[in-house]
Amino acid sequence: MQMPQPNPVILAKKARLVERLTAALGKAGVIAEDIALKAYECDALAAYRCPPMLAILPRTTEEVAAALKICHEMDVPVVPRGSGTSLAGGAMPTADSVILGVSRMNAVLETDFASRVIRVQTGRTNLSVTGAVEGAGFFYAPDPSSQLACAIAGNIAMNSGGAHCLKYGVTTNNLMGVTMVMMDGEIVEIGGAYLDAGGLDLLGLICGSEGQLGVVTEATLRILHKPEGARPVLIGFDSNEVAGACVSDIIKAGILPVAIEFMDRMLIAVCEDYACAGYPDCEALLIVEVEGSEAEIEHQLGLIHEIAKRHNPVEFRKATSADEAGRIWAGRKAAFSAIGKVSDYMCLDGTIPVSQLPYVLKRIGEMSKSYGLAVGNVFHAGDGNMHPLILYDANKPGDLEICEAFGAEVLKLCVEVGGCLTGEHGVGIEKRDLMLDQFAPDDLDMQMAVKDVFDPKWLLNPAKVFPLASSEARRIAAE
Amino acid sequence: MKFTPKTEAELAEIVAGLQAPVKVQGGGTRAIGHTTAQDVLDMSGIRGVVEYEPGALTLVAKAGTPMAEIEALLAAEKQRLSFEPMDHRVLLGTQGAPTIGGAVAANVSGPRRISVGACRDFALGVRFVDGTGRALKNGGRVMKNVTGYDLVKLMAGSWGTLGAMSEVSLKVMPCPETEATLAVHVTDAAAAVEAMSAALGSPYEVTGAAQNGPVYLRIEGFVPSVAYRLDALEAVLARFGAVERLDAEASATLWQDLRDLRAFAGHAVVTRVSLRPTDMPAFLAAAQAEHHFETQLDWGGGLAWLASDKESLADFAQSYCAAHGGHATRIKGSFEACAFQPEAAGVARLSAGLRQRFDPKGLFNPQLMARG
Repeated sequence: MQMPQPNPVILAKKARLVERLTAALGKAGVIAEDIALKAYECDALAAYRCPPMLAILPRTTEEVAAALKICHEMDVPVVPRGSGTSLAGGAMPTADSVILGVSRMNAVLETDFASRVIRVQTGRTNLSVTGAVEGAGFFYAPDPSSQLACAIAGNIAMNSGGAHCLKYGVTTNNLMGVTMVMMDGEIVEIGGAYLDAGGLDLLGLICGSEGQLGVVTEATLRILHKPEGARPVLIGFDSNEVAGACVSDIIKAGILPVAIEFMDRMLIAVCEDYACAGYPDCEALLIVEVEGSEAEIEHQLGLIHEIAKRHNPVEFRKATSADEAGRIWAGRKAAFSAIGKVSDYMCLDGTIPVSQLPYVLKRIGEMSKSYGLAVGNVFHAGDGNMHPLILYDANKPGDLEICEAFGAEVLKLCVEVGGCLTGEHGVGIEKRDLMLDQFAPDDLDMQMAVKDVFDPKWLLNPAKVFPLASSEARRIAAE
Repeated sequence: MKFTPKTEAELAEIVAGLQAPVKVQGGGTRAIGHTTAQDVLDMSGIRGVVEYEPGALTLVAKAGTPMAEIEALLAAEKQRLSFEPMDHRVLLGTQGAPTIGGAVAANVSGPRRISVGACRDFALGVRFVDGTGRALKNGGRVMKNVTGYDLVKLMAGSWGTLGAMSEVSLKVMPCPETEATLAVHVTDAAAAVEAMSAALGSPYEVTGAAQNGPVYLRIEGFVPSVAYRLDALEAVLARFGAVERLDAEASATLWQDLRDLRAFAGHAVVTRVSLRPTDMPAFLAAAQAEHHFETQLDWGGGLAWLASDKESLADFAQSYCAAHGGHATRIKGSFEACAFQPEAAGVARLSAGLRQRFDPKGLFNPQLMARG
């Protein structure tokens, strides 16, 4: 993975930068020792690593503003970091950058159940947002798999989704307001505890901008009352095509499940080995979850059963207890850990139109043979967000490169059938150089022009999202 | 002068050759605010549904496609635009056919916004021509997409000030089997917001929470589910006043009238105020101390429509929001003052910067969203 060469002019400023940042944040807020900086050398895309020049851990919006102002004055690039769980390298540093971690900013600032909002500092983890409101029967809906660890800051930066976003939407649909610090240290307030911030939709623009426009330090989030109950059903099929057709029929019937998850034969076997979930031996498996009162759940599962029967499932298993529900989900939720136990892997994240599912799975199977690397598929079938997992051996020279080439070909296929490179993980460094497969140069120029407005010096996470060649002129002009 | 492109290529050519600013217009039914542009860029010729895939819940249509055409197409598959866009003709007394591009450009979202999201939440992709005549795209036609910056949301609600949209992709939703509404007779605005908060804070998935006289709470879904939820919700709301039930047909008519502000069609000045729901009663009390007006609440009390005969109420609402958060928009009136809430300095600078980048010559609807 190519990254810009560290700028020696910036590296030479380290001592002065440490001095100024320490004055602003205190000693405990600045990490400068090589050994301690190793902790920040990568995110969850661990194949690529590079320790930063420095890391800082501010405690308040004002400290973030002070630190950014210093970096801005000294022309030092800043890479914002939530919990470092990005699968796309969104929080990976360069050697001449400062990592700005928000992990110390994790307070709940306000809960308002009558208006159904919570305001938090963005270092707070996703799951602990729900933790702060579940006593009153509420929850925060977006639920990325990493929700135990991932921070709201990163959720906003990457516009994170999750298994239940089919019904509840992704981060951008649940974000109502932010306090954001601009690269020059200015603090701006956008939106709040009311719907649809006035003026241009800057909130929609910031969400998913991968830490390139500003550092979001506080967020107002929509919270919802929990449903009365939820129950999954497991449906096994003897082909991917039939499973795909069943998904389409469920959606067309007007049932709105909270989740429709799909696993192929390889993932079924690997997850079964790992989690002993009791999955059937079949080609394709759907987990469909519906919500409501007991009677409502029964009614919806009845409709799903009618639809599934038309597709001759090899198994249709309704959870009848919390324990059975837990077991149905156990395999799916452990999918990434399970496959990680078997092999090194690369997780892709392309989205395709649901109707293209059988064709794309068939083509991935063919590519798997020609590249000589195994691949498993697990994904959010209701919205076409695929997660092909390509297995490789990190200790075998050249294997990672073959895996990257395979992955790139799969993502190009997603674009070719009318989809996109990434549905919920973000571009980061991972998909950066494929952006011209999805966008024309002018399309990317317009996006980069947005960054020009927010961050004229191109100091915030500059080497991400856009192909280095496309952003080079802007990055150099700003130096 | 009036420009009438029929294709995106013609649109790009026209924009590249523009010598003076234009008013970007779809059906011209949402005549809100004032721009200094004299010429008109009429987008209604760029029309037609490009692709509709009911099994994937996605629709791609050229921006000038009439809403009526899209609604009919969806209805044939028992699907709909879930964000329930208002038809402004009733309130504003305008003629013509509202277009899908106009609805997206104005981010028009009706009562169901409280439960499913705004128009911008259903906008998956956009094609547009920027102020230099470049044809650009962003987003796509799939439901989950974080590839690059989300300019789709930026374009939605930009009121044509950033570019002329030629095509939009939308997520559509299945129509529910049935619907019903509870009418709760409450005493005042504070009780109304409290009742709506109680309903929206329940697990019964209320898809509309409005007040004009009684508080109205809508439930949609499968027949047994709606029956069950109505009972459950009635039990929650009994303490706020007498409760009546409206069946599916009465419910549908009611929500269409609420959506379109039918009750306010005769008023000269209408203002739309978005606030934190629990702040709404205090705002209304403050406004009532100085002004005479009628109110329709929506979005659980987070949205107020105020009808009066004097502009001073809109001035009051915008000043109040500047001090307390939220925003107020002049929907109907003289538009001598800017229709939109003035922005705080930092945000205003970002907005102006974006307009400058998207439309460097200031060709699209100048002065509409911000005066200066």
